[in-house]
Order: sequence, then structure tokens, then C-alpha cells
Amino acid sequence: MSGIDNIAIVGVGQTSIERNKLGDTFADMVFEATQKALEDAGMTMDDIDNVITTSNDFWDGRTISTMAVGDACGAGMGKNMSALEGDGTFSCFYGMTRILSGVYGTSLVVAHVKGSESENLQITNAIFDPIYMRPIGLDSLNTAALQMRRYMTKYGISEEQCAKVSVKNHKNAMKNPYAQIKKEVSLEDVLDSRLIADPLKLYDCSPISDAAAAVIIAGGDRAKKAKKPVWVKGVGYCADAFFLGDRDLADAVALDMAASKAFEMAEITDPLNEIDVAEVYDAFSYMELMWYEGLGFCPVGGGGKLIDKGVTEMDGELPVNPSGGLLSGHPVIVGGMIRLAEAVLQVRGDAGDHQVKGVNTALAHGINGACGQSHCVWIVGR
Amino acid sequence: MTTDLKDQELLVYESRIKVPYTWSVGEVGSRFLTELKDNKRIWGTKCPMCEAVFVPPKKTCTYCFVTCHEWVELKDEGVLQTYTVVRYDSSLIPGKKPQIMGVIQLDGADTGLVHLIGGVSPDQVKVGMRLKAVFNDKRTGHILDIKHFKPI
Repeated sequence: MSGIDNIAIVGVGQTSIERNKLGDTFADMVFEATQKALEDAGMTMDDIDNVITTSNDFWDGRTISTMAVGDACGAGMGKNMSALEGDGTFSCFYGMTRILSGVYGTSLVVAHVKGSESENLQITNAIFDPIYMRPIGLDSLNTAALQMRRYMTKYGISEEQCAKVSVKNHKNAMKNPYAQIKKEVSLEDVLDSRLIADPLKLYDCSPISDAAAAVIIAGGDRAKKAKKPVWVKGVGYCADAFFLGDRDLADAVALDMAASKAFEMAEITDPLNEIDVAEVYDAFSYMELMWYEGLGFCPVGGGGKLIDKGVTEMDGELPVNPSGGLLSGHPVIVGGMIRLAEAVLQVRGDAGDHQVKGVNTALAHGINGACGQSHCVWIVGR
Repeated sequence: MTTDLKDQELLVYESRIKVPYTWSVGEVGSRFLTELKDNKRIWGTKCPMCEAVFVPPKKTCTYCFVTCHEWVELKDEGVLQTYTVVRYDSSLIPGKKPQIMGVIQLDGADTGLVHLIGGVSPDQVKVGMRLKAVFNDKRTGHILDIKHFKPI
């Protein structure tokens, strides 16, 4: 991809993540995130050339859910507004390509969800094919459980190793002011927590959440003139088969491919040593271990050993999810965008109490679809 | 006049969306479901390029992007690749909790079929177990014409 040298993320904003933001409508959340991103970038709405929203009609309970938040992100001021349904990392990819097209100098990308307003099992059941899969009663929890057991079986990963992810991320979240769950949990707490769908237990699962986020991307001279640009070094996005039975659920093939594209662009050959911090999509504890493998932090099947060695702890060689990740707050749709915003803050040295020392290069990862059907990987740096 | 809304009681509006749909099953799916209903037989389709056998049958190969013309009859038996025991209440799951569900690779198929597992207790179910389809007496041309898969 030519022109990748000239793209920067110039502003980020996020609301707090909460179980139920009762006082905020979708638009209220998006307005807050947008204002924060503009302030962060030192920009006004006059500096925004186009707007992309990210939402899910079924989760929002309305057709063309983007239209409900257009005013809250400045689109009502006559901007070109486009919409994406999926994870926020994908809409940022779209925002970037709109700049690369040469038509726009900046893109404002926003994302929102209120998981509190509907029924998670019914919404996620509707991910699946209505003829063959929905009647079985599949949802985000029981399909994750199928994947977790397949992953554990194929590679000899233990429930303890998965639980360690939950312990680490809950601990990290204690220092993130935006996190929803601020509660340290022990290995025993996770292993003894209520069975949801074997082998998934309560603390292996991320919670239901409300939040919004915003990212401002700029290109060329507009990026160079930015107050605190963080440069996009590489990005990749790949999708895998829709039917769960068409994939070996133990392997993140699409992530492997997306990461390879991003690394090639960023000229990264040894991710574990060349990346200083990573924010990955830990919707469930075991997923973080699978993503270590897909991202090349360790060999395939080596995710359990990597966490055993403490490599991804806050004081490890490659801290993963210093923000506390999604296990401490999981606004679907917004989730990956927050990972990207956190990666940007880490590169700038602005991550506050959960800042990792000496970050030059950071990785952000988003997923969409059941059991990580599609993956987007970003490499950002100085 | 500006008003401080700090102490404002917050209201929620309760509603629901209920929209009927009629989803086309397609030619391939229609044949598959009709065979379940009329003959209690499970058929898959085979890719002419990679020779993968899909069940449920696919019109298009997931891996090669070509049309799968060939039909292959599969055994109603297979191996359990992974499973879970659902411990929570869900109105969407046909059985009573704890309901076991799993991915079954039928003999002769290259892909897994996600379905319900029955006739076994949660502490007896195991990956690698051989399972056989149990058909309902009353069948309507539906994926749940197979009631569940039970250990052989």
C-alpha cells in the first residue's frame, strides 16, 4: 500500500465504559467521544473533512443506526458521512483509505454501542445462519465455549493458563480510569467462578457494556502539521469462513494473514522483540492466548507457555492489554477502536498510570464475527 | 436559563421489535432439508477443486470459490470435535439446561456440523466420542428434524 508513510492518528477520545450509561443516549456518548478527540487533536469540526460512524443496527434497535448519531459527530454540518457495521478497527481502516484516495485530508471515525439496552443472547444468536445454526441456540457465549475447548484440546492449553489472562487484565484495569470492572481477581477466583458454558467460567468472559470512542486520522501535510501525530506503520485486515464447522476453531488463520500483511508493511520480522506494547481483543480469556499465536508473539500452540513465563505482564518483555482489555469492559463495535486509541496513547506516553515505559511501536487488534471470524491489525509508532 | 440536570430522574423507554421474515433456503439447502424430512438421510456437497465435502451442503466452496455440483451421501455417524455444556437459561436453545451442544464431523465430511448432543450426561461427554443422529418421528424439513446426536 503506497502512501502509508504519510498517515497519522492525530486525536483520540473515549467515554468511560459502564454497564449501563443510563443518562446517555447513543448520540450523547458519541458527542462526548468526538469532543474529546477534537480537543486531543487541537482541532475543531472545521478541520474534519469526512465522518465515518460505526454501529450495529440490531444492537441499536433501529434501521440505519448511523443516522441517529450523525449530528453528534458533526455530520449534520454538511459533511460526507459514511457508515460501517463491524469493529472500530475496520472503520478506522476505511477512514485511512478515504484519505489515501486523495479526496480527504482528515477522517473522523466514531463508534458506539449500548449493550445494556437489549438482550445479548438474542442479538448474538442472530449472528448465525437462520436455517442451520440459529435453531441450535448458538450465541456468543456457547460458541466461544466450543472454540475454547477445541483450542485447549488441540494444543494442550489448560484452564489455568486461560485464567491467567483474566487475572492479568483485571489487575491492569485497576489503573485505567475508563475501565468498567475495577476488581482484582486471583487465579482461584477465576477457576472457581460460576460455570457459564463449560469450560467457560464467569471470569473468563467479558461483561456487557456501554461506551463510545472517536479517532481522528490525517494524511500528508495535515498529518505533519498535527499537534501530536502517531504514525501508521502497517495495517492488515482478513476474514475467515462464516460457518463455524468450516474452520478449525483452534487456529486463527485470518489473524495470521492480517498480522503478516501489517508486519510486512511495517517491516517487522520479529514481533515479540520489535513491538513494545499490544492491545488485543480479549473478549474471552482464552482468546488472548490464541491471538498471541496469530500475532506471531509465540509459535502456534505456545500461547499458554507465553503467559506462564510472564512475557505479557505489565513488567514483561511485551505487555499485552495494559488498559485491562475487554475483560474489564467490552463495548462491542467500539472494542477494537479503544485498543487503537490505547496504542496511540502508549506511543505518545499519554497512557497515564498504565503507561508502559519506552514505547516506540505499538500494536492494536480488533475482531468481528463469531469466534474471531475477521481480524484487523494496526502497527503505530513514532 | 441553564438548568442543572444532575438530580433529574432518568427514564427508559421499553419497547420491542418483532418482524416476520421468510428466508429462502435455496436449491441446495432445500434438497438437504427435504432428504432429512423424507428419508432421514444426510447429504453433503463436494468441491471439484479441493474435494472438501461440506455439511450442511454449500453451493459454493468456502476455500476455492467454485460451484460444488457433486452430492455425497454421508453416514449419520461421526466424531465429536468439541462440545460445551450450556449452564444458563436461554429461550433460544431447544432443550432444557444443562444442554450439551457440539461440533460433529460426520464420516465422509470434511467440515463440522454444529448440533445438539443428547442421550449422555454432561460428565460423560468427551471429545473424540462417536455419535449417531437421532431423527424426530415428526419431521418438517428443518435442521432440528435431527433431534440430537447421541453416543453410539
